[in-house]
This record gives sequence, structure tokens and C-alpha cells, in this order.
Amino acid sequence: MIRSHILVCAGAGCVSSKSRLVKEELLTRLKLQDLTEEIRVIETGCIGTCDLGPVLVLYPEGVFYQKVGVEDVAEIVEEHLVRGRVVQRLLYKEPLSEEILEKMADLEFFRRQYRIALHNTGAIDPDNIEEYIARDGYFALGKVLSEMTPETVISEIKQSGLRGRGGGGFPTGLKWEFAARSTSSTKFVVCNADEGDPGAFMDRSILEGDPHTIIESMAIAGYAIGADQGYVYCRAEYPLAIERFVSALEKAREMGFLGENVLGSTFSFELELRVGAGAFVCGEETALLSSIEGNRGEPRPRPPFPAVKGLWDSPTIINNVETYANIPSIILKGAEWFNKIGTEKSKGTKVFAMAGKINNTGLVEVPMGTTLRELVYEIGGGIPGNKKFKAAQTGGPSGGCLTEANLDTAMDYDTLLSLGSMMGSGGLIVMDENTCMVDIARFFLDFTKDESCGKCSPCRIGTTRMLQILERIVNGEGIPEDIDALEKLASFIKDTSLCGLGQSAPNPVLSTLRNFRDEYEAHIYDKRCPAGSCQALIHFTINAATCIGCGICAKHCPSSAIVGERKKPFSILDDQCVKCGVCVQECPFQAIERR
Amino acid sequence: MCQSSVLNTDSLSKIDAIVEKYRGAPGALIPVLHAVQAEFGYLSQDVQARVAECLNIPAVKVSGVVSFYHFFTDKAKGRFEVGICMGTACYVRGAAEIVREFEKHLGIKMGETTKDQKFTLSSTRCIGACGLAPVVTVNDDVYGKLTVDKVKDLVQSYREK
Ligand SMILES: Cc1cc2nc3c(=O)[nH]c(=O)nc-3n(C[C@H](O)[C@H](O)[C@H](O)COP(=O)(O)O)c2cc1C
Ligand code: SF4
Ligand code: SF4
Ligand code: SF4
Ligand code: FES
Ligand code: FES
Repeated sequence: MIRSHILVCAGAGCVSSKSRLVKEELLTRLKLQDLTEEIRVIETGCIGTCDLGPVLVLYPEGVFYQKVGVEDVAEIVEEHLVRGRVVQRLLYKEPLSEEILEKMADLEFFRRQYRIALHNTGAIDPDNIEEYIARDGYFALGKVLSEMTPETVISEIKQSGLRGRGGGGFPTGLKWEFAARSTSSTKFVVCNADEGDPGAFMDRSILEGDPHTIIESMAIAGYAIGADQGYVYCRAEYPLAIERFVSALEKAREMGFLGENVLGSTFSFELELRVGAGAFVCGEETALLSSIEGNRGEPRPRPPFPAVKGLWDSPTIINNVETYANIPSIILKGAEWFNKIGTEKSKGTKVFAMAGKINNTGLVEVPMGTTLRELVYEIGGGIPGNKKFKAAQTGGPSGGCLTEANLDTAMDYDTLLSLGSMMGSGGLIVMDENTCMVDIARFFLDFTKDESCGKCSPCRIGTTRMLQILERIVNGEGIPEDIDALEKLASFIKDTSLCGLGQSAPNPVLSTLRNFRDEYEAHIYDKRCPAGSCQALIHFTINAATCIGCGICAKHCPSSAIVGERKKPFSILDDQCVKCGVCVQECPFQAIERR
Repeated sequence: MCQSSVLNTDSLSKIDAIVEKYRGAPGALIPVLHAVQAEFGYLSQDVQARVAECLNIPAVKVSGVVSFYHFFTDKAKGRFEVGICMGTACYVRGAAEIVREFEKHLGIKMGETTKDQKFTLSSTRCIGACGLAPVVTVNDDVYGKLTVDKVKDLVQSYREK
């Protein structure tokens, strides 16, 4: 009889932290102790706390072990599983209160979450379809096929208030209705798993951790709009997600959830995975369709919208992974239930990928309207090293930053837009006092310039021009006219670009200019980087009052930039210094300053 | 069978077999290129020409698609491809310093390959392991929470392989 379950996280994060080796060791140790009959080891998708990986959760107690190394496994088996004693040293410590917590449910990180889209991710073995079914998997599809008409499905989704989680926030039910209205005999259902925002990884985690949810939802969407073929477009950078999804497709087919006459009904549905090839613009829906068709992923003008004229000119709905992941729960629990969660115009929950300068990096799902403060300080455990919060970027390269003044605003679609940012896919990158906002703007422009498909000149040439100006500023060569020039270029690009990439590319610059204009000015007028991060603007100097003239720094300097006579204060030749910082570390008297 | 090429017969039949597998599937070009690149490591002009011929599409269409997508490359890569994630999460956590460190130890710049064809240094987009930023991949191995002082040993460990 099974008396205990051990969940071993095998999400992308934990796999990189060698969770597979931990699992192997666990199996070996259990065998040695003759416990394989009593204890089941389950590989799951991302549990959420990726920086604590490899993560193990032991049930029935729900004990949460973090940063488990192969060398810790024997102790877990002997102490916890044989003697029933929790291994204290592998437990989690809250970064702010320093309290040691035993159970997963006690962690602030999990306590504050409301999981709908992620309800199976991290809780089941994604390779085991039976586990999915045991948690009401494919029940929603069964309900739809046996009890609901396509019209009632669409009306349920409309009433739920679900809006697209891929960026735009368009009402999902409406989109489905447009496509359903068409009388075309060929229609398509597409899932956007291109996840272009660098720093967001919820779509990856859902595909890896709960692939059947996406299969089920897409079949439901197919039934609702009258399509019998679907495509999932996943980025090539996600090999594990691709592998798990393809394997899930096979199992779903074997069990009759896909193919001819799904679950014995008259509805047939096939699904295929297509792998992207590394182009951010392919996340834009019309470019994505063009890529599935086997072409260069160049956007086309809308209208016509894909719901009218999409893949191979047939009506097509495109939804994001997280959007789909909400569908089965809405069907099973009803629009009324979903509708009560969230804010007036943003219903349900949102998954945020918190990363950057934050203690608990990882994935969290919270009701819409949760404040930035709750996310960063309560769930996220604050900033490492007790540094000062400076900003959080939402919406990735298309979005903007939220500042300290915005900490108490509710995170939903409309509030974020009104603050000059956007929800985007839910990437939330936290920055502290050491992050230079001008450099961040430069970073995003570098990204969008690189990813511009080049079809229209405002985007292609405009982003290049903006990047040149930003590079000049961070290199200490900015001129007073630069800020004005950036603003003019920004509005020109926004107004004249064909697709969302160009239209939103200037946002990070505009947003940082609005909130951190003083940092731009410090770079331009004082040739100073207030965050101390721009290489060209950092200077190393020796404090003559503290330097005793030992010469140690000069010995270690790789570019002979330090000169002086023994027993007299040394000095640094700024034009020869390569800013490696070695001297600061080497000086035994802390006489060297970095400014 | 498709005709004419400077590739040897073994390579030719490999390409033919891949194309055969996808023939008839709508939008087959990109999946075919993925499979061919997985086989050869890169898509040389000859390989691209063969794919075009077999799929019965113009060669410019193939080269247009290859040049559009970052993932496809027409140049041979080193045995170990070091991919430094330049996604936002990694950048904020110091990816730029990691790049400088790799450039120093490998003696090449971003995008270049060492003379002995052992290492290629490239930047990647977010690989979705942002919780472990900064992240570096070496072929299929992923290294998270990398710090500047670990780079030297990491490079050394691959040098010895
Ligand atoms: C440049 C650009 C990149 C985009 N990238 C993505 C992406 O990676 N994933 C995504 O779901 N939507 C992305 N979108 C939004 C899609 O165009 C589309 O609105 C979305 O997939 C619709 O699904 P939803 O209504 O469920 O959000 C992007 C849009 C633009 C303009
Ligand atoms: S705005 Fe930029 S990415 Fe969009 S179509 Fe024009 S050039 Fe391409
Ligand atoms: S920062 Fe580096 S190069 Fe500059 S003086 Fe110090 S040791 Fe020399
Ligand atoms: S190591 Fe410090 S004390 Fe010694 S010469 Fe350099 S700056 Fe002066
Ligand atoms: S991958 Fe294990 S917690 Fe995210
Ligand atoms: S930003 Fe580097 S893994 Fe996501």
C-alpha cells in the first residue's frame, strides 16, 4: 500500500538544477530500504519556486524541501521516510521574517495564490494521463460534448468575462463568437505558445506541467467554433515543453480525446504541434499564422482579423496558453464562479512570472487586482540584500515600468494601461537601486530592433535610430537634444508602424523617460550613472587619506592603470582603467572607491 | 528522386528521407528545415538548394525563411555552443558581465567561433528558466545562477571534453 507520495519537480528550472539526478538517487535509496511498494515518486511540472530548486514535496504531510542535492537524499529517506523526522536543514526560511517553515501550504509564496490556470501544474505527473483524469481532466470536454451546444459554450465563456492572457486582453468569448458565425467549412484553432516576452515562463510551465489542459481546451474551442483541426505553435527554445506536449498528444489520441468521433460523439478534432524558429515577431498573431503556413513570419495588416480570415485564409481563433488553461474550470464550475474572482473589468486570476531582483523568483497565480506590493513584498519576499525597490517592468519589451509610487495599485489590464504599462503576458521583472533605467530602456530597444521583421521602415529604421541615441547616452556621449529626439522618434514609430511590435517598441523608453527622467539627465549632463551600472560612466579612484601605499592593487591591475610610489598614496589612470573592479577587491584597506 | 547537387549521396538521401516524411503536410518547410538542421548542424547553401528542389519550391523562398529565423543558421558552429541568455531576467541579474567573462576566457567575441572549432559563443533569448538567472546553456546542458567566477572552470571542463 502507498503511504506516501513524493513530488519531485521536473520543470525546466529544477531540471537545470539537476532534479533528475535527485529523483534517480531517491529511487535507488527507496529500493535499498525496500520502500518502493509504500512510497511513490512522481515527477511534476514547475511547482513555482524555481530558484529554490530542486524542490521536493512529501505527502501526506505536505513537507516542502528545497535546494535538495543528490547528497541530501539518503538523509531524507532515512530520517523522514523511515524514522518520521523532518530534515530541518532542508526546510525553507522566509527571507524577511527568517521563520523556518515546514509545510508547503505555510509558505507565503503559496498561501496567497489562487490557482486556476496552474491548478495541475506542479501537482501531477504531466506524462500520466490518468492523473489528469483523476483531477477531473477531460470532464469539461465530456460535458461540452454531451450537454452543451456550441452556442451555450460560447455564451458561458462570454459571461465568464475571460480576457486573453497573451497581451491584448481581448474578450475570449467574443473572439470565439466571431469565428463561430462564419459559415466556412474549414476553420482552425491555434494556441500561441511562442512566449516571446524574455522573462516570462508561465506558458512553458503549463505546457510542461499540464499539457492535457491545453489539448482539452483546444478541443472545446474546436467544438465551439466548428473547427476540426488545431495547431499549437511553440517556441524552439522550449525542448522539454515540446517533448511533453507531443507525448501528451499521443496519449490523448489513444484514449479517444482526439481524432475521429471524440468520446463517441459526432465531433472530430486533430491537433498538431508546430515549432517556431526563434523570431519574437511570430508571437504576433498574423505573423504566427504566416509561420505555420511555412513562410517568413511577417505580420499582415488587420482587418481582416484571423477570426474572419486566418490560417490558409480560413476563420481561425488564436489564444494564448494561459487563456486556454482557464477554459476547463470555467466550463465545470460555471461563468458565475469565475466572474466573482478579480476586478470589475478583469475577471479571474493572472499568472505572474516574477524574476530579476526579487527573493522568491518563480511563478505565482493571484486574483486580478492583487497589488504590486503584495506580489513583490509578500509573495515575492522582497528584494535580495534588503536593497531598495526601484521599478518593476510589466509587458516585457512592449510594456513599461511601475515605480515605488505604484506599489499599491491593483494589477489588472486597465490600471496597468492607465499607468503607461501593460499586462502583457505577465512577466514581472523587479529592479533595484543598482539597475540603471536608461540601460534597461537601451536593453529593450536593442531587443526590438533585433526582432523587427523589417517590413515597414518606421519600425526598422526608427528603432535603430533610437537605439543609437540610447547607446550614446549610456556611453556618456549623450547630448541635451537626445531626450527630445527620443520622444519625437517614439511617437513617429508608434503612429506609423504596421504591427504591435513597432507600435509598442518605444514604450519602455517613454515609460522610463516619464518616471526616471533624472537618470537620463544625470547621464547626459553630469556623465554619471546614478545606479553605478553603466561601465563607461563608472570611475575608480583611490582615496589618498586611506591609502597606505602598499602597492597591492597595482600588482593585480590587469592593465597597469595604477601608479604610485611605495608608502605614498597610489592613483588610478582613468583612461587606462578597464573597470574590472579587481583593485577594489584586492585593496586590504578599502581605499578604492567605485563611483 | 530529386536531382543534381554537390553533396555526397549519403547526405542527399538523408535530406530526401526527411522531406519525404513531411511531404504533403501543409506548411512543411519549417519542420523540414528543423529536421535537416538537426541532422547536419547547419543549413549550408547546398543543403538549402536540395531542400528547395525536393519540396519543389524556389530556392529564394528557402533562403528567405532561413535568414528570417534566428534559429536557422547557414554557418557551421563549434562543437560546443555556449548560449548566454540575454532575456530580461538574466540581463537584470548581470548577463552582460557573464558575456564579458566568456569572451575573455574563450578569446572570441559574441557570435564568433574559436579557431579550433571547439566553441561558438552566442546569445539566446529567454529559455524560460528565468528563476535561475543568469542562465547559460552549453549545447543541451543548462547552467543556472551562474557567477563570473564560475565561468573559467566551466570553460575548462568543456575544453577537456
Ligand atoms: C510583437 C508581438 C508579440 C506577441 N507575442 C505573443 C506571445 O508570445 N504569446 C502570446 O500569447 N501572445 C503574443 N502576442 C499577442 C498575440 O498577437 C495575440 O493577441 C494573442 O496570442 C491572442 O491570444 P489571447 O487573446 O488569448 O491573449 C504578441 C503580440 C505582438 C504584437
Ligand atoms: S512594425 Fe516592425 S515588426 Fe511589425 S511589421 Fe513593421 S517592421 Fe515588422
Ligand atoms: S578597475 Fe581594474 S583596470 Fe581599473 S584600476 Fe582597478 S584593477 Fe586596474
Ligand atoms: S592596495 Fe589599497 S592601500 Fe595599497 S596601494 Fe592600493 S589603494 Fe593604496
Ligand atoms: S521548475 Fe521546479 S519549481 Fe519551477
Ligand atoms: S531571461 Fe534568461 S532564462 Fe528567462
